[in-house]
Amino acid sequence: MTERLQIFVIVLGLLIFFGIIELVRRRKLREEYSFIWLITGFFFVLFALWSDILLVLSEFVGIALPVNTLFFMALIFIFLLCLYFSLRISALTTQVKNLAQELALLQNQTNAMHPKIPTVP
Amino acid sequence: MISEREILVLIPAFNEEGRVGEVIRGVRKFLGQSAILVIDDGSSDRTAHVSREEGAIVVSHPFNLGVGTALQTGYKYAVQEGFKYVIQLDADGQHPPEFLPAFTSKLKETEADLIVGSRFLTGSEERMSAIRRTGNKLFARILSFLINEKLTDPTSGYRALKSTVLQFCVQDQYAFDYPDADFLLTIHRSGFRIEEIPFRVDPRLGGTSQHSGLAPLFYSIKMMISLFVIMLRKKSADSN
Repeated sequence: MTERLQIFVIVLGLLIFFGIIELVRRRKLREEYSFIWLITGFFFVLFALWSDILLVLSEFVGIALPVNTLFFMALIFIFLLCLYFSLRISALTTQVKNLAQELALLQNQTNAMHPKIPTVP
Repeated sequence: MISEREILVLIPAFNEEGRVGEVIRGVRKFLGQSAILVIDDGSSDRTAHVSREEGAIVVSHPFNLGVGTALQTGYKYAVQEGFKYVIQLDADGQHPPEFLPAFTSKLKETEADLIVGSRFLTGSEERMSAIRRTGNKLFARILSFLINEKLTDPTSGYRALKSTVLQFCVQDQYAFDYPDADFLLTIHRSGFRIEEIPFRVDPRLGGTSQHSGLAPLFYSIKMMISLFVIMLRKKSADSN
């Protein structure tokens, strides 16, 4: 890894790290979701500072160019991230469904008790 | 002996303002003492208004959640209000209310927990499109093979459920967009008994079917995956 690329990756990693902290501070991102992005920033800095890790990893996995190892790992990471979000969406879909059903049944009860309250259009 | 007051007639409806009224009047004619519940699944037309005008109880979803969820909302209402039986039929007029007494008679005499109306036992499946008819037959064969019992119409929405099945269907394990073959397989593997009775399907009273375009293809793929996954799950015969 060239010195220039090393500096670029370190800066990028730090930007991700502090950017995520700032989003959590502003309550735009929940702590539980910030963790995975903080880890991402950490690995950016780690690989930039100790680029030998990439060489060792490349040799272990059998990839000729360390940069390809980086792309491969990024791909795996994005795949796992998508899977994680699919799991979250599935859980949220069930929660939204249950809430909507509960709302509809409660609104029916409320309308039966107070017929003048208008229903949701 | 089943009292009509113990029966809830459940009609899931999405944009059926032109048809649901006639269906409700038909139900009144054949099961006059039963409560009629319309689940308005986020319709943008006057489905809810028309249903109320006809004297049905209306529960309105805040947005469209699909027919499987609409049915589950009805089951939740039935359990909440203490109904012992639910008979469900479509709001588009394809399920003639004149068959409702046949469902109640069957509920009385059978030990089965779920009664499914079959179009294939009367030969009225000829009114279905060729693709739907073929798909239905395919899934009927797969389902019959998996449960080792002959079922002919897994996609029929004309059904009657006893409280045992209702208790099962209000739980989160009921997660069916279209409660067809995968639902029947789950029900069977949970220890419930299923029987069929014949009914004659009528043409739609108007409007358009939700099963058009590429939907049947996605439906088939999803159903195959669903059946496969259900077979991987452990049987739970103690559900009832």
